[in-house]
Formats: sequence, structure tokens, C-alpha cells
Amino acid sequence: MTSTVDGQLPGVALTKSELLEMYRLMVLIRRFEEVAAEQYALGKIAGFLHLYIGEEAVAVGAIRAMDPEDHLVTHYRDHGYALALGLDPRRCMAELFGKATGLVGGRGGSMHFADASKHFWGGYAIVAGLLPIAAGLGLASKYLNQRRVAVAIFGDGATNNGAFHEALNFASLWKLPVLFLCENNQYGMGTAVTHASAVREMYRKACAYDIPAEQVDGQDVLAVYEVTKRALEHCRNGNGPYFIEALTYRYRGHSMADPETYRSKEEVEEWRRQRDPIVLFRQKLLSHNVATEEELAALNQAVEEAVAEAVRFAEESPEPDPETLTQYVYADPITVH
Amino acid sequence: MARELTYRDALREALREEMYRDERVFLMGEDIGAYGGSYAVTRGFLQEFGPERVRDTPIAELGIVGLGIGAAIGGLRPVVELMTINFSLLAMDQIVNHLAKIYYMFNGQFTAPVVVRTVEGFGQLAATHSQFFENYFAYVPGLRVVAPAVPKDAKGFLKAAIRGNDPVIFIEHSLIYRNRGEVPDGEDFVLPLEGAEVRREGRDVTIVSWLRGYYLALGAAEELAREGIECEIIDLRVLRPLDIETIVRSVQKTNRLVIVEEGWKSYGVGAEIAAAVQERAIDYLDAPIMRVASVEVPMPYARNLERLVVPNKDKVVEAVREVLYQRTLVPVAR
Ligand SMILES: Cc1ncc(C[n+]2csc(CCOP(=O)(O)OP(=O)(O)O)c2C)c(N)n1
Ligand SMILES: [Mg+2]
Repeated sequence: MTSTVDGQLPGVALTKSELLEMYRLMVLIRRFEEVAAEQYALGKIAGFLHLYIGEEAVAVGAIRAMDPEDHLVTHYRDHGYALALGLDPRRCMAELFGKATGLVGGRGGSMHFADASKHFWGGYAIVAGLLPIAAGLGLASKYLNQRRVAVAIFGDGATNNGAFHEALNFASLWKLPVLFLCENNQYGMGTAVTHASAVREMYRKACAYDIPAEQVDGQDVLAVYEVTKRALEHCRNGNGPYFIEALTYRYRGHSMADPETYRSKEEVEEWRRQRDPIVLFRQKLLSHNVATEEELAALNQAVEEAVAEAVRFAEESPEPDPETLTQYVYADPITVH
Repeated sequence: MARELTYRDALREALREEMYRDERVFLMGEDIGAYGGSYAVTRGFLQEFGPERVRDTPIAELGIVGLGIGAAIGGLRPVVELMTINFSLLAMDQIVNHLAKIYYMFNGQFTAPVVVRTVEGFGQLAATHSQFFENYFAYVPGLRVVAPAVPKDAKGFLKAAIRGNDPVIFIEHSLIYRNRGEVPDGEDFVLPLEGAEVRREGRDVTIVSWLRGYYLALGAAEELAREGIECEIIDLRVLRPLDIETIVRSVQKTNRLVIVEEGWKSYGVGAEIAAAVQERAIDYLDAPIMRVASVEVPMPYARNLERLVVPNKDKVVEAVREVLYQRTLVPVAR
């Protein structure tokens, strides 16, 4: 296959600059996280740090397909979503460092990125907890006659929890505009999908609630983009929820403490070598003459600088002011003491 | 005879011994098998006992406890694990509305001897992963709630919990797994699931605490001893049933009480202890009872903020000085 027009991909309604931006975001997520892991080893970042490396195509493909007004709620492996949304890598890194300039002022850390101005209502760390919330966002949208879709991104592990099933039933029963996007990365922590789920394919669970569903190659950013675009239209047009299962893989441990006794090095290597979302997309861009090696190298270089700048910014930013410790427990004043 | 073990190894020994002793004992929980347990307590167990007895579960806390209850009624001895106490909230209905009720509600006809192991702690894990919920369980009649601070208790309690006929909520602490201590030899070393213990004698002030709080109290006591202030330290060990007598006896001697807990102060275990002590010994108190507890905010991630929230040794020292009206700030000869 060759493209008919230089700078475009056959059958893909994205401009060259959009395609390159998607490439840049994927590389940004990868490098941001590789550097975050280094900073973790240096003790600059603490607590839980769940890396998204290997899964970049899902965030970038899906979020690119969203309207700016759409709602987003996600689970805790959330750096990729924030960066794909276009949030400032400096503020993302500062959050990991627990600094006042972080996305949520250093209060949340890795698992709780959020930005209300982008309708990114947060990363949540209780598995499946975000799913009923997503259905509630869908309820608000419908109630207010908006055309906004609530997008929920979560893992395969979440589909075995009661909250998942309650949320799907609600969303279907009340025909709520909710896109359930399940990232099946084959494991929930150290437990393989096959050991945790009676149904191997996550998308098949949606049929219990009469929700249309399909599976997509989560390593193919354009495939994710296309299916998400369609699914969002479905939801936006009043047809109720939609369910997508993106097949993907996390290269790193579940968190920084993972001994990784539950899978083989070969398995990880195989995905890295053959199914790497960045390599695959890069090959596509090059083989269809969308971009030259030099153009992509320039983007990589820009990412390097952005990530280095993010670390510098995080490093130099102040810690949260201790005076703010008790701020934001309540929104309305408390007058009794 | 006794050996020195870590808190983690004491738990491992208890589980292994009971699994060898009784075929009906099995383990069930998230990532306890292939992953080896999030805190490595069950590392190697899957290989040793096989997947029938070391069962990795889906992320389904309500189901885990519920299946535990059914299995117990059906004749097994389940030890279920809730990865951290934060996730126990998802299982609360099974624990409170089911597990705690069965023996009484059905007129004593049958029991549900489930051991629920779980762990609390903190370490820049942010708002939903740094909570202390022992009071939630201690509130509920029908549950036994233990919170061992030392390896000996960890082992003896866990074995007793598995052998006993009541539901037991067994609370560990992520920051003390490496702490070492003497553990008596012998497979039949079990401890009754009740009773606080005076671990350090002193005449000036009583400090009651448990889990990590106990170690803070010890540290504070050592520091204060250098100025001649002698703290009596009580390790509460068991939150329900509450051994108030041991605390009252100590307070009758020292006339002052400091309670160290890691949860929020309001409606906490410390509130119950303070109330129970004043009911029995108000005339013995020479100062208001002080509670050292967490600042009442959801836990922030940032290191500097988190430090402000949780109790530490200095806060305990300060509380002791406060109940002593700081009159011993300057060492005095007695
Ligand atoms: C209710 C609950 N139980 C357990 C955990 C601990 N935990 C955190 S992430 C995780 C695995 C989640 O797997 P999955 O949903 O597949 O997402 P992934 O991490 O693979 O992206 C577990 C068990 C939790 N956070 N919440
Ligand atoms: Mg997963």
C-alpha cells in the first residue's frame, strides 16, 4: 500500500499534523515514564508509580477521538491519559514529585491526576470505583441535554468487580452516553486474565447488559482512534453506552515494587519486539511517506527536551505550603469548632 | 525456647503450620499466589500448597469475604486476605451484615469461622491507600479484632484465629513487617485472642497504642526516660474485645493517659478507650486524657504534607509532656 496523497494515510481522516501529533504524544508518554522511573529510583518520586509503557496507543488513539467537551474518568495508571489530553508534562512531573505546581498541587501523586478544565475528572485508585461515576457523568449529560459522552478507561481486572456490573447495567438501562474503554493488558497486578475472569474476552461481558461492544488492537493507535470515534458517535446520538476492549500489554511491572514472578521475560520481550505501538506507528508513517526519518527524529528530540524540562521544573518547584494542609476538606465553611 | 523472627516470618510460620495441621485451612485473596502476596507474606505458598489451597482471586473483595463465609459454613477454615484495609470497604457488607451476624442471628446454631487478614499503613500512597479503619471493625459486635504489634503476637494470634470458631479481623501494618522479635518454639504455641499487655513499666504516664503506634510509644518512652520520665506502655493487641481492665489498672498507678492511634481522632478507638477509662477511673486522672492521632484530612501524597498528618515519636513525646503539665521538662531528682 502507498498513500494517494503525501502526508495522509489511506482511509484515515487525519491530517499530517494530527498524525504527527499523535506520534509525538506516544513518544512523550513513553519518555516521560521512562524518566519518571529513573526519578523514582533516585527517590524523587515515592509511593505507587504505575507505568503505562507499552499501552500508549490506547490513550492517544482514544483521547484524540474525543470532543473537548467530553468527560473523562480513568483508573490510576493515568499519566498517559493526562499527557494524551495535552496536559503540561511539567505539571504532570511536578505532581509525581509531590510539588505545589503539580496537577493537583502534590496532593494526589501518580494515581490521582486530574484537570477540571479539560473535564478530566480524575484518576481513581480503587479498582472499578470510577465506573459508576462514569455512568453518573453520562446521567448528568443526558439530564442536561448535552451531547457530551462520558469516557471511562479501566483495566481488565476491574471487570470482575461488582461496581463494573452495576455501572454497565445502569448505563444500558437508562441509555446513558457512556463509553466503557477497557484496557486488557492481560494482567491485573500479577494475576493473569485467565486466572481472574471466567470470560477471556472482556468485551463479551457487555452483552449481558445489551451494550454493543467490540475488540480492537490496542497497539494500533489508528485502529483505536477509529473505533473510539465510531463508538462516541453512537453514544452521542442517544443510543446509550458502548464498550470497547483494547488488547494491549504493559511492559513494566504493575508498580515499581513488582517482582514479576508471574510472567516470563520472553513474553515481555515478544510484545516489545513485535507489537510495540510506537514502532508500529512509526513504520506506518514512514512507509506511507507521511513523515521522513528526520521529521520524526526532530519530534523525538523535542520530546527529550520537554521531558528534561519537566524534570527541571518539578525539581525547582516548591513543596506544597503546609498552611494548605487542611484546605479543601470541605467546600463550604465550617463554623463550629 | 524461642527464636527471633520478623513479623512477616511469624505470620508465614503460623499460616504454614496451620495449613499442615488442618487440611480444611485454605487461603484466598488477590495476588497471594503467583505474585507472592503484595507484602510477600505468602511468597512460595502457591508452589508449596498448590492452587486449591492458595487461591488467587479476581479483584472482588465482597466476593472474597462472601465466599469465605459460605466456605466456612460449609465446613472449611478459610483465611481470606484483603490486600489492604482500604479495599475492605468493598467487603464491608459481607463482613458487617453477614459475617458478624450469623452466629447470633441464627440462634447459635452454626458459626462462620473466617479469618480476614488485612493490612494498613502509609508511605506516600495518597488519600485512598493510607487509611486506618480498625475502628470500623471494632465497632461491630460479633467480630474479634486483633492488631498484633510484635512477631510473637502475630504468630500466636493468627494460629488461634484459624483454630477458633469466631470471625476474626486480623489487622497487620505495612511498616512493621520487618520488625524482629522473639517467638516461642513449637507448633502449639497459640495465644488467646484477648488481653492487652504492659510491655514497659513506668510510674509517670500510661501510653496505650497498637501496631506501629506501639513502636512510636517505645521510642518516646526511651527519649523521655533520659529526662527521668517513666512511661508505662500498654500494647493493646486486641481491639475487640477491649481489655479495659489492664488500662484502668495502669492509669490508677500513673494517673495519666496518652493514647496513640494512627487513624483520625474523631470517633476513633482512642475515643472509646478514653470514655471507658473515665467511666471507671475518673477519680484517678490527674490530667485530661490525650490522644495522638492523624490530622483529619484525606491523606495527601506530598511527603512534607503526609509527615504533618501522621503521628510520630515527637508528637507522642509532646503529648506526654502535656499530660505532665510539662513540669518535668527539667529533669528533677525524685
Ligand atoms: C478494590 C481494589 N482492590 C485491590 C486493589 C489493588 N490493586 C491495584 S491495581 C490492581 C490490579 C488492577 O488490574 P487492572 O484493572 O487490569 O488494571 P492494570 O493495573 O492492569 O492497568 C489491584 C489488584 C485496588 N486498588 N482496589
Ligand atoms: Mg490489567
